[in-house]
Amino acid sequence: MSTELLLIIVGMAIVTYIPRVLPLVFLNAKKIPSRLEGVLKNVPYAALGALIFPGVLFVHENIFFGLTGVIIAFTISFLGGNLIFVVIGSILILTVLTPLF
Amino acid sequence: MKAALTAAPNHSFIHGMKDGVSIALGYFPAAITFGFLAQTTGLLLQEALVMSLLVFAGAAQYMALSLIAAGTGALEIIFTTFIVNIRHFLMSASLNEKALPDHPLKKAGYAFGLTDEVFAVTSTKDGHVSTGYVYGVFLISYASWVVFSGVGHAVGQLLPSVLQQSLTFALYALFIALLAPSVKKHRKIFFLAALAAVVNSIFTLIMAEGWAIISATLIASVVIEWIEPHHTKKTPADVDKEVNAQ
Repeated sequence: MSTELLLIIVGMAIVTYIPRVLPLVFLNAKKIPSRLEGVLKNVPYAALGALIFPGVLFVHENIFFGLTGVIIAFTISFLGGNLIFVVIGSILILTVLTPLF
Repeated sequence: MKAALTAAPNHSFIHGMKDGVSIALGYFPAAITFGFLAQTTGLLLQEALVMSLLVFAGAAQYMALSLIAAGTGALEIIFTTFIVNIRHFLMSASLNEKALPDHPLKKAGYAFGLTDEVFAVTSTKDGHVSTGYVYGVFLISYASWVVFSGVGHAVGQLLPSVLQQSLTFALYALFIALLAPSVKKHRKIFFLAALAAVVNSIFTLIMAEGWAIISATLIASVVIEWIEPHHTKKTPADVDKEVNAQ
């Protein structure tokens, strides 16, 4: 294994771990003001929005591929499909539809 | 709410593993793709495996491969990784509100596994989550990521191209599946996700992706908290539980 690559990987590991670990270990959840607590509780849903858009539009050179996927996944979810069903179901339907794009 | 400081009974290690299966499934194509790209970039099997074992961050690992292929220097690659992953700072602070208190070393252990997907699954769970639950979600996802990175390096080129294309959607399907049930119940959550999505789409045009995601998430979380009448400290998950109990 090349030493330079190993160095890069270890460096990447350290800078990835630091932001993941600092708040969990050093923030005292009981001492957080309630407004900040409210903001932190909003984070999961805001993060999901930002993780989906605009990234999902660029999984295929045709943006309608991603948009179609979003509609399919939301539909299966709204019909009550659980996580695994949504993931597998939307992949299968997209696979069938892929020739259209 | 003090009473909320115990985990629901279905928040054990095993339940974490069960909820983590959807991530493990979503990581299958992502990791296969990573392994395959690593192989075409010229990394040895053990190098691809060590990267997945030590870093465990999909987007950053893809980006590192393209930088390595372009002959970028080590410091620049490491700095780019830092920028891409800085959003986990916010997620770690948010999970800290959600997770039951425990020994710092135990929390430092699962902090390693705090990917977008592990965060999304653990933080949208009803009520508080136990250390064991978070470890369950983390470890099954981690195992999938590492094993399929290796598989992708070995046989990635064998996947049919039609399937390769549709599999790129898998992680987005997971995110949508996590978001949809809450959007259905609370208008607030729709506005949170939509505002973050719009802000991120604009910011992506003018700044690095890592900064765009963390800024968009923070702005949406603050703005919606600001607008919302502040008469209750209930989390959306708490409200879910009450709705389900009726």
